[in-house]
Amino acid sequence: MRHLLRLFLILLLAFVVDGQSVYSQESDPVTSTADSVATEPVTPPPASAFGLAGEDMPNDNGHKLRVKWQYPAEAVGDITGFEIWRATSPTGEFRMLGQAPNDYFEYLDIGNKETPAPDFMANNSDFFYKVVAIGKNGLRTESEPGGPFRTYGQWFHRGKTPVLVGVVLFGCFTFYFIRAAKKGKELYVRPLAGIEAVDEAIGRATEMGKPTLYILGIGTASEIATIASFAILGRVAKKIAEYQTQLIVPCYDAIVMSIAQDVVRSSYLQAGRPDQYSDDMVYFVTNAQFAYVAGVNGIMMRQRPATNFYLGYFAAESLILAETGNSIGAIQIAGTDQITQIPFFVVACDYTLIGEELYAASAYLGRDPLLLGSLKAEDWGKGIVMALIVVGVVATIFGWDGFRELIRVNL
Amino acid sequence: MKRTVPLLITLVVGAALIIADFVPHRPFGTLGDDFSLYFDIIAVFAFILGGGNLVRVHIMKLSKKRKDWPFSIVTLAGFFIMLAAGLLKIGNPDDIKGDVAALGSLFSDLYISIFTPLQASMFALLAFFVGSASYRAFRAKNKEATILLVSAFLILLGRTPLGLWLTEGIPDSISFLELPNLANWILDVPNLAGQRAIMIGIALGVISMSLRVILGVERTYLGQDND
Repeated sequence: MRHLLRLFLILLLAFVVDGQSVYSQESDPVTSTADSVATEPVTPPPASAFGLAGEDMPNDNGHKLRVKWQYPAEAVGDITGFEIWRATSPTGEFRMLGQAPNDYFEYLDIGNKETPAPDFMANNSDFFYKVVAIGKNGLRTESEPGGPFRTYGQWFHRGKTPVLVGVVLFGCFTFYFIRAAKKGKELYVRPLAGIEAVDEAIGRATEMGKPTLYILGIGTASEIATIASFAILGRVAKKIAEYQTQLIVPCYDAIVMSIAQDVVRSSYLQAGRPDQYSDDMVYFVTNAQFAYVAGVNGIMMRQRPATNFYLGYFAAESLILAETGNSIGAIQIAGTDQITQIPFFVVACDYTLIGEELYAASAYLGRDPLLLGSLKAEDWGKGIVMALIVVGVVATIFGWDGFRELIRVNL
Repeated sequence: MKRTVPLLITLVVGAALIIADFVPHRPFGTLGDDFSLYFDIIAVFAFILGGGNLVRVHIMKLSKKRKDWPFSIVTLAGFFIMLAAGLLKIGNPDDIKGDVAALGSLFSDLYISIFTPLQASMFALLAFFVGSASYRAFRAKNKEATILLVSAFLILLGRTPLGLWLTEGIPDSISFLELPNLANWILDVPNLAGQRAIMIGIALGVISMSLRVILGVERTYLGQDND
């Protein structure tokens, strides 16, 4: 048995040594190089790109240039692509910007707007470019430097002309209706069920002796929806102060909390109840989305508010909040400008302010003629948009492309 | 004065940012980015403001033994443990010089092992709430609810292999009746039209609200002495 084992080991060793010798012969670099040199033809470097041209991109502050070049059609198959290099002088240091595939003969150079950045492109400045063709054999051929190509910053974004016209027109409507309201003109605005229900909802909380919960959403103070919500909070807090019921405002953002405290304090002051106000009504919970949901749901389950307001910017937490509110039997009024969350609020809440109604709510609640004037302007704006849609449909059906071009926005 | 200065700042900054949207040339072209940066700088101070408020509210609750005060112990303990773990960089592989969220640090361990699963659990609740909300919404109580129910049924079926299998035998001339095509049509035509109508309304509402704020017509957000 021991002899057999020794014989087996000897055979195994012989096999391994033999295998190594074969591998080393096959992979001998000297031999293989010599063979390839002898058999393969020497491939030349790829052809050079030529005819470099550059044009300033319109509607920017002078930090974009489109570079174009030409390349012999018969040589395209020999290359994998191009590298694009930029410098501020033809003899200066060129910096690689990016790559383009072999069938692409232009490159949009978007430089940085900030001075310390290495790819900074100054306004009203000259730039030079080189295009490097990269051969399939790994060899590279640089083109002659092309340039100078100049960047220009524009003082007006022509692509946004229709937007400017729309904003100016809308601004004129707003000014007109605000002036009309100031002069005492009676302005009719369509009633909104959600707004009409605010008094009823706060009254219910008062009768039940339970608090009202006001959620400003998870937006920051810079969100327009949050600003709209502050305005509504001011009106709601004033009514709550008048009814002498309890208000809870748990906040997601510390700056939002600070502003909300000021808004609520001011409303209590206006209602003649400054003594009823306490900073504990408006407090910070957390700015982690689902931790905030957990916190607010906990408040709902423990304090059982009779009325919940969800007004502002909402994301995935909207349904979790609204369904929890629904489960405790609270009357719920919601409003957001986030299209994806509106269906959740419609399903789970008693009243929902859809989109623009959120912005209109504070004006409805305040009944201030100046604010109602801006709402009237909004209605006129919608009327013009509807008319444009109808004209656009007719123009498209009859192939009047001129109209489409007239209102096209090129950003 | 207390009211005039903020209104003046709002007017100037608002007008400048509107101009910046139409004037790409410097200095207007970069105004939007610059103001975002200023907002970020201010927002940093909000962490102190938020943290301070949280601690104050819960210490008050504890000291006065208000209703549900034991929850405040959990909140304060969580806050201070995470604060200490982050500030002192406890267990950080690179000690005090290391990244606050470096793997292996106590801060990172607490975040990954406790906070992340808790957050995921809250998010997972959404699935159950979608179920309960759908059940309520899809009861065919009236005409609108019936349309909603039928649309939802067609879309759900059209998005599954079963929907394709059920209607794949339909002749090409009426292939629009295949459930996946029908589901796509509902999403791309009536649904998209409705969404766009809401979006146009929102855009006009945003402009209107912005003008009200810039012109000082809407000033509730200023708080004290706003009227």
